[in-house]
Amino acid sequence: MEEFAALIDALVYTRSRNEKLRLIAEYLQATPDPDRGWALAALSDGLDFPAVKSSTIRNLLKDRIDPVLWTLSRDFVGDTAETASLLWPAPDEPPSPPSVSETVELLSAMNRKSVTTELPKLLDRLDSSGRYALLKLATGGMRIGVSSRLAKTAFAQGFNVDVDEVEEYWHGLTPPYAELFAWAADGADPPDIENLPTFRPFMLAHPLEETVVDLEDYAAEWKWDGIRVQLVRAGGETRLYSRSGDDISATFPELLDVLPMNAVLDGELLVRGSTQGGEAGGAASFNALQQRLGRKTVSKKMLAEYPAFVRLYDVLLVEGEDLRPLPWEKRRGQLEALASRLPETHFDISSVVEATDFEHLSQIREGSREDAIEGLMLKRKDSPYIAGRRVGYWYKWKRDPLLVDCVLMYAQRGSGKRSSFFSDYTFGCWNGDPDKGAHLLPVGKAYSGFTDEELKKIDKHVRQNTINRFGPVRETEKKLVFEVAFDSVHESKRHKSGLAMRFPRIHRIRWDKPPHEADRIEALRALIAD
Amino acid sequence: MGAPFSWIKPEPHGIYIEPADCWVDPSRPVDHALVTHGHADHARGGHGRTVATPETLAIMELRYRTGAEDDAGQIPHKAMPVEYGETIRLKGGVDATYVPAGHVLGSAQILLEHAGERVVITGDYKRREDPTCPPFEVQQCDIFITEATFGLPVFCHPPIEEEMAKLLDRLRAHPDRCVLVGAYALGKAQRVIAELRAAGHKDPIYLHGAMEKMCRLYEEHGVDLGELLLVADYSKDDMRGAIVVCPPSALNDRWSRRLPDPITAMASGWMRVRQRARQRNVELPLVISDHADWGELTRTIKEVDAHENWITHGREDALLRWCQLHQRRARALALVGYDDEDD
Repeated sequence: MEEFAALIDALVYTRSRNEKLRLIAEYLQATPDPDRGWALAALSDGLDFPAVKSSTIRNLLKDRIDPVLWTLSRDFVGDTAETASLLWPAPDEPPSPPSVSETVELLSAMNRKSVTTELPKLLDRLDSSGRYALLKLATGGMRIGVSSRLAKTAFAQGFNVDVDEVEEYWHGLTPPYAELFAWAADGADPPDIENLPTFRPFMLAHPLEETVVDLEDYAAEWKWDGIRVQLVRAGGETRLYSRSGDDISATFPELLDVLPMNAVLDGELLVRGSTQGGEAGGAASFNALQQRLGRKTVSKKMLAEYPAFVRLYDVLLVEGEDLRPLPWEKRRGQLEALASRLPETHFDISSVVEATDFEHLSQIREGSREDAIEGLMLKRKDSPYIAGRRVGYWYKWKRDPLLVDCVLMYAQRGSGKRSSFFSDYTFGCWNGDPDKGAHLLPVGKAYSGFTDEELKKIDKHVRQNTINRFGPVRETEKKLVFEVAFDSVHESKRHKSGLAMRFPRIHRIRWDKPPHEADRIEALRALIAD
Repeated sequence: MGAPFSWIKPEPHGIYIEPADCWVDPSRPVDHALVTHGHADHARGGHGRTVATPETLAIMELRYRTGAEDDAGQIPHKAMPVEYGETIRLKGGVDATYVPAGHVLGSAQILLEHAGERVVITGDYKRREDPTCPPFEVQQCDIFITEATFGLPVFCHPPIEEEMAKLLDRLRAHPDRCVLVGAYALGKAQRVIAELRAAGHKDPIYLHGAMEKMCRLYEEHGVDLGELLLVADYSKDDMRGAIVVCPPSALNDRWSRRLPDPITAMASGWMRVRQRARQRNVELPLVISDHADWGELTRTIKEVDAHENWITHGREDALLRWCQLHQRRARALALVGYDDEDD
């Protein structure tokens, strides 16, 4: 565990990507199995120990230190694992650190009851850095500036294999990845995933921004407002994966026995309705889909009221053949042929948007808000299907955001990179004429859209204009106006204002604008789409 | 004669001593100021008369040119030096005694006595040994006005020898690079240099130009800093394998491009928190502070054992809570301009 803790600390303080790759690669080369496999899992997708949650750690600490002092410390540090590692009382005996695999074994064996006695024993065997590494590993998500992709790239570099090949096998394997190390480090045969319903990494798009493309080379499709999914059938089993590769099959059981052949399909998950677009079948708004998301079990009523289907974008594999190296045009042909063999109840195909030129396409895009569609996708006709985001192949061209002027009401400290900065903002609109005694009602929260420099300025503003403290929340003088950009606004019972924004972010900071000139609730209400 | 302690008034811009009509560490210009030490959030320019230790006055003169003559050839600012342990009588029957605070060169606590009541204002302080200034002395008093910069239990400054060893190890591991240490120009920089000397590091240490005068001032006051050279006078190759000291603001500045592939270090109590180090792009965090950590703050409150504790600038909430838990009377003062997180 000392080597792993040293690696984590070194990674925390290293800025250079190459240096991070070198640090991880060296660790993986020097560390025996299965320790390195567990470490790789911790750095990439994260490990999951159901008995150990942030709340578990919080409770352990609150038994050992005054709860108010814990909360103040946690609020300042911005990270539960780090706060706990700093506050854990030093053990009387010198630490005898466990190996990474012993740690994993002990953590896996804990249940909700035993964790309260077993986790402290483990913490007592480590120094402050070791405790930090342990708690990070135990709660998943290291948040140390190492992405899953970076960890895999380091693995590939360390053992001189191709990272795309690593990605391909990755989702068919489980930690501690013995077969992966056997293949990459010891020259064994590559892992066999052909008969497994494994997730294949998505091809992603860059925002178009100022780029103009030639429609000779690019095809346009609608960007539907659902969730991107991958439907995979292999070895007699069908699975549905979300964009991040999470298995969401259980949430959408109606899609698990409707694919008649082995295939890997890329599409948008939607529910039947009439809001989105003019295509046959029609789709409901994202709000309707949301009723179905995140459920572990689905009632018959849900299935009947919100029937799900997949609007297909692409085909990656079909009946054992890998189509990904083919140009988009060829894959599209195969997809159209394939779609005719699929049940219409659960599949349709996302049509290609025809436009005479870019100008024409731009006009079509402007109408996408009326049709409740997120925007357009532009795909290079000769693009292969490549995992990740490659420049020049696919672009997303979302409809323009809506804008509204709101007043900052509350602020909270951020975590991770923004720990200790007041970076999470709740803002409101007026419920009437502010010059005649109207009040601000909260309409949303945002924590993005500003630069680091702007963050420092807002942070200072919050510190200097605090009028009230509610635990970690600061109420500020109502005088700073944010121009907030958001994708759409819906009715919601969650907020006092009865409204909820989608994807709100700070568009501009209006240091110049007096707060009574900010928008009223009615203005926002008029923008409701469904 | 008013209610007990009514003669001492915490105001947003400093602590006002009414019978003497003077302020302690005011954050705006006043006629008559008592200053604890030379840091900018305590010592400001523009006062009519300043009472402080000779070292603090020298620092203020360097920083604010308080010794400058006006058009009429007069020096408008009156500097009134007080030695450690010396008591001066102010107007209205208030006595002020300057006592070492162990924070930086010249730093003092101010003990105020009036009508049989004793108040100590610590300014900033620490309880660790520091080769650049005499150690903090505990003074019995009725009201103890303490700082709380590192007033959270997560702050525990490790022994400085450990941090020096970390720095020197890294330096030896990269003989072709330099270690660039960001350190506050007054106090921290000189303490780090003096501690490096104490750890046996005899090589020349290179300085950012903004550090030079303050280091000379320390040397004039008897603090030996060894051989110091200016970065501006040397080439990249000269500085390979050397330690370079600069103000924190220069760490990620274009200035540092003239250095040989610097390893960015920062000497600050905030470095105890990983994300703080990351926010400043620090590769080698050195947890070194001139402020009391949580253990020192709470220990000092216990040792001073005042009737009442007033807590200023920093994380007052947590220290206030600690006082409650330990049945000690305490209140937080909301002073403006003391939320200095740069140390």
